[in-house]
Amino acid sequence: MHDMSGHAAVHHGEPTSFIHKHVFSLDHKVIGKQYYGLALVAVLIGMVLSWLMRIHLGWTNYAIPGLHLLSANGAPGNVMTPEYYLQLMTMHATIMVFFVLTTAPFAAFGNYFLPIQAGAEDMPFPHFNMMSFWVTFTGFLVLVASFFVSDGPTLGGWTQYAPLSALGPVGGPGEGWGVVLWATSIAIFCVGQLLGSLNFITTTLDMRCKGMSLWRLPLSAWGWFITSCMGLTAFAVLMPGCILLILDHVAGTSFFVPSNLVLNDQLQPHSGGSTLLWQHLFWFFGHPEVYIAIVPGMGIVSHVLITNLRRPMLSHRVLVYSMGALGVLSYMVYGHHMFVSGMNPVSSLAFSFPTLVITIPSTIVVLIWLGSLYGAKIRINAASLFALGFISMFISGGVSGFFLAQPSTDIMLHATYFVVGHFHLVMGVAAMFGIFAGTYFWFPKMYGRMMNETLGKIHFWCTFVGAYAIFMPFHYLGLAGNVRRYQAFVADYMQPLIPLHQFITVAALFTGAVQVIFLYNLIHSRFAGQQATDNPWQATSLEWSTPTTPPPHNNFGDTLPEVFHDPYQYGVQGSAGDYVMQTSPEQVNSPHDEA
Amino acid sequence: MAKLFAVTLFVIAILSAIPIIRHTWWMAPDISTHGAPIDEQMSETMAEAGISFLASQIILAFLIWKFSGDRPGEKITSFPGGAKAMVWAAFLLVGTEVLALGVFGVKAWANVYFTPPSANAMPIQVQAGQFAFYFRYPGPDGTFGLIHPDKISEANQNFFGLDTDNDADSKDDIVAAEMAVPVNREIHLLMHSKDVGHSFFVPELRIQQDFVPGLDLSVHFTATKIGKYEIVCTQLCGLGHYNMKAYLYVLSPEDFDAWLKKEAALQ
Repeated sequence: MHDMSGHAAVHHGEPTSFIHKHVFSLDHKVIGKQYYGLALVAVLIGMVLSWLMRIHLGWTNYAIPGLHLLSANGAPGNVMTPEYYLQLMTMHATIMVFFVLTTAPFAAFGNYFLPIQAGAEDMPFPHFNMMSFWVTFTGFLVLVASFFVSDGPTLGGWTQYAPLSALGPVGGPGEGWGVVLWATSIAIFCVGQLLGSLNFITTTLDMRCKGMSLWRLPLSAWGWFITSCMGLTAFAVLMPGCILLILDHVAGTSFFVPSNLVLNDQLQPHSGGSTLLWQHLFWFFGHPEVYIAIVPGMGIVSHVLITNLRRPMLSHRVLVYSMGALGVLSYMVYGHHMFVSGMNPVSSLAFSFPTLVITIPSTIVVLIWLGSLYGAKIRINAASLFALGFISMFISGGVSGFFLAQPSTDIMLHATYFVVGHFHLVMGVAAMFGIFAGTYFWFPKMYGRMMNETLGKIHFWCTFVGAYAIFMPFHYLGLAGNVRRYQAFVADYMQPLIPLHQFITVAALFTGAVQVIFLYNLIHSRFAGQQATDNPWQATSLEWSTPTTPPPHNNFGDTLPEVFHDPYQYGVQGSAGDYVMQTSPEQVNSPHDEA
Repeated sequence: MAKLFAVTLFVIAILSAIPIIRHTWWMAPDISTHGAPIDEQMSETMAEAGISFLASQIILAFLIWKFSGDRPGEKITSFPGGAKAMVWAAFLLVGTEVLALGVFGVKAWANVYFTPPSANAMPIQVQAGQFAFYFRYPGPDGTFGLIHPDKISEANQNFFGLDTDNDADSKDDIVAAEMAVPVNREIHLLMHSKDVGHSFFVPELRIQQDFVPGLDLSVHFTATKIGKYEIVCTQLCGLGHYNMKAYLYVLSPEDFDAWLKKEAALQ
């Protein structure tokens, strides 16, 4: 398996043509940046969709100028129709979950930095890697294409519950071609992520340089490794699920449609399928997906924090074991999405216990972070602020999980805004904070220029306060019984909640708008930022010891590095100050050695 | 800046907790016989989650306040208990917490789902379809007529696909667009979906249950307070999902009998 000397099997010469250098590149760094670019485009679309939804939820009859340009049928007179709201909602969620929260923290940063942190010159299967991106990109195009088919994208939500999703156009607008394109897009996406996961796992296991034992990998690399193991199994279940769904549409099968359904007074020509089968397949993927979105963030945030705490975590290994436990347990808890689905009520209890138990590794991770802050010398910068913000968001989103883990309390909160608040904080906002922390931290290495710190801090403050202003009230709405996925609140008891929705809308518009600061900072710094040194944060891991910044095509020049230390030798008196790089052969008596 | 962050975090934590503590937006009052343990479970969970939330956010704020910035001459120190203390704390505190919640939660759940309806519970059938609920009472014979999916017709107002010509049981069935139940009488609600997935949610009744096409489920409950409540659909069922609702009237036995008679006359 691993001979601790690095492999040269992946060697591919530096391309000279524009196409091979920037478009169909085999270089993991370029592929990482491509993934980041895709995520950036996707998040902008997703955010604009959320604005449109929020405006509609606050002021249902408000005519949004120009909306009819997006869809003449969906917004006659610029006022959103009920079905168009659901279509935008479905696209918002699908784009965000798949093409932002999975691609940015995992595929983008992981591609760029996993091989470098492991001390490899590239991934073992560069062609697979290139395919992984372009397949994912194709999946994105297929999804966006559904905006342009006759009755628009699907309205079935990102969960696409059958039989609504499997019946075809009779189910409603977007339930024909919209669903087929959705399922095709996701199936393609799964292929891309499977290829990526294979590469990540092999890079971690087989491509490490001399001296780089598994325990010497930084926590970010561990995050990506654990995530890729999850990706390999989770996407492998969703993909056949999507294929079966497509077959129900185009091949006359009835995997997810039972007999005797009547729509528009017409008995449907299906029989023998199971609606719960889709839910099982979907959530067997769906719950690990939550961790696929957040575990890379945990790794990135730990990595960023350590550098800014100037000390390693209380325990490197406990963090790794906890992240691994989250990964394993994430497969045993998926039934908590189905407590009131008609699944056997005994199963609800069986799924409830592991769901409650998963709070233990999560708590360990948080306590290790908190314990590591103790006695540190925290450097405050945009990256560390977002990393600390991540901890706060993860806690806030995590504690609401207690309610949803129990079937009895879930009766009151299932399908309400409480759930929406919970997953937005713990997986949406927290993961976004991980992406921001990673961006501010690694941008200098990726582009050779520093990002503007002042703008970064303004961006943090506005986003931090804004995100809480948006998502905390979601929990209150849920407690009051406000059902999610409603385009208007016509039930008598929901009408008093509309002012709170309007407050949320204003907060969402503000928080979305301040992202322009980030975008400006990103683009401006790319071209006009202050030149970065090779190691601007005085960090220890391998990405900071590349011969040039950005790293050369083969990452480390002619010879692969040799590693002599654990990844986080901070708080020691080395020749370079309070830290010793992994590549430095000097002896270290670390005050933080693990037993 | 670190201190400002700490203060902001503290303020956000407190502000977030105030509406919860004051119950500014809260669950509607319970009107069921099985709801008390659910509410109790909710309060206990809220107490535990609330304390965890406030404690962790405030500790995070404190640590940021205290340990940020370079403090020349001061050495970086480690938390005295080390990682071991954290792991023990997580296992003991959270482990006990989740064990307690899990064990007590079983009781609340069992109350709803593991106790069969009593023999004299009143059967009512609810059928969900895009985008309305219809309710059926078995009439004097106490038996529901069979559903014939091929006869279901909104146009002919035969919502349940009853074959009144050939099926004697269905002749006296009473179909209504609103649900009425007598107060303090156990109801056995038989759930049937006509088309896609829907859900039956009455917050005051502490009941939420999906309709699963192809799978007929049932729940049972006793409403204890006369009044008018709302039934809403919580499972995304199509473009009219937001508008899929019906009223539930909890009536005195006399009023209920009168209501049923009135509805029977309309059939």
